Amino acid sequence: MNELLLGLADDELIVGWRDSEWTGIAPLLEEDVAFSSIAQNEIGHARAVYQLLTDDADALAFDRPLDEYRCAPLVELRLLDWAHTIARRWLYEEADRVRIEALMSDADPQVAGLAAKIDREEAYHRMHAELWHARLRDEPRFREAVAELWPYALGVVTPEQRAELARRVGLDEVDAVERGTHTDELAELWDEMTMVRRSAPAGAQW
Amino acid sequence: MTAEQIWAAFEEIPDPEIPVVSLVDLGVIRSVDVSDGHVRVEFTPTFLGCPALEVMKRALEEKVTALGAEPEVQVIADDSWSTDKITAAGREKLRAAGFAPPAPREASAPKLVQLQSAVFRCPYCGSTETRLENIFGPTPCRSLRYCETCRQPFEQFKTI
Repeated sequence: MNELLLGLADDELIVGWRDSEWTGIAPLLEEDVAFSSIAQNEIGHARAVYQLLTDDADALAFDRPLDEYRCAPLVELRLLDWAHTIARRWLYEEADRVRIEALMSDADPQVAGLAAKIDREEAYHRMHAELWHARLRDEPRFREAVAELWPYALGVVTPEQRAELARRVGLDEVDAVERGTHTDELAELWDEMTMVRRSAPAGAQW
Repeated sequence: MTAEQIWAAFEEIPDPEIPVVSLVDLGVIRSVDVSDGHVRVEFTPTFLGCPALEVMKRALEEKVTALGAEPEVQVIADDSWSTDKITAAGREKLRAAGFAPPAPREASAPKLVQLQSAVFRCPYCGSTETRLENIFGPTPCRSLRYCETCRQPFEQFKTI
């Protein structure tokens, strides 16, 4: 299986899951709407990429043991304050953009086509991140959150893409928190995310 | 059975979330091929996370079956759909129902500065004195704007 695409799909699934945790409790009603919509898009992207890799997207998304997920630690973190949440959204979108732009010129036309489709939607996530970044960039709490999450953001992209990411966000390249290891927070999320699937392996009916 | 008959039947399928427009108005049906009672339909999602995707696919299949043919609906997740594919009739139906139709997509992706500019027309009074309230709205395809002239909030179809 294409590890790069699996990593992309897992990132989108898990970041979508984390974003959806703000539904109903975001500090502003507008952000309830925004985070819910962004989460829906990200999980939709995950599904579309899983479908490129397999005939059964749900099985790939939910039936794997924890250690077979290829998501980057950045998306796994359970962030409970707004400064960190916005810092991750901004850093994730910047990193995701570098990766998606590379996939848009992939030799496989299906991969390139899907990447271009995803990019059309991500444009709106970037605008959202851009708005919040402009608002918060001089706030000490936000700056600290960015500094803390930056090594994680570098782990989203391949080593060859890191210099470009650093240039775009205006930060110095540091040692990345690499994909392949998982945070303790993912175990908890996996437990919750796969609960329905594990309790009704034949498929739940609503 | 002809492809024209199938297209005509598809014009009766409403969008599950904005039922004033049909799937044909939305421009999401890329092709219809008919051969020996078998109908192959290529269909492109609007947004990949759109929950109406499965509903639309099923509606297309049911329509073909009702016409006595064997459906094969293929979802094409590539870059071929953009809001520029919404037909002129579809755009007018959207506007009349209070959804501002999407602005034309330019050569590059839409920018925040464009969304923040007062060029988007209120679907109720026609004023362009409108401001962005939220990039996101009740479904992935819509933003929220506010008209300063008639003091109405309205939904703006996103350009993608």
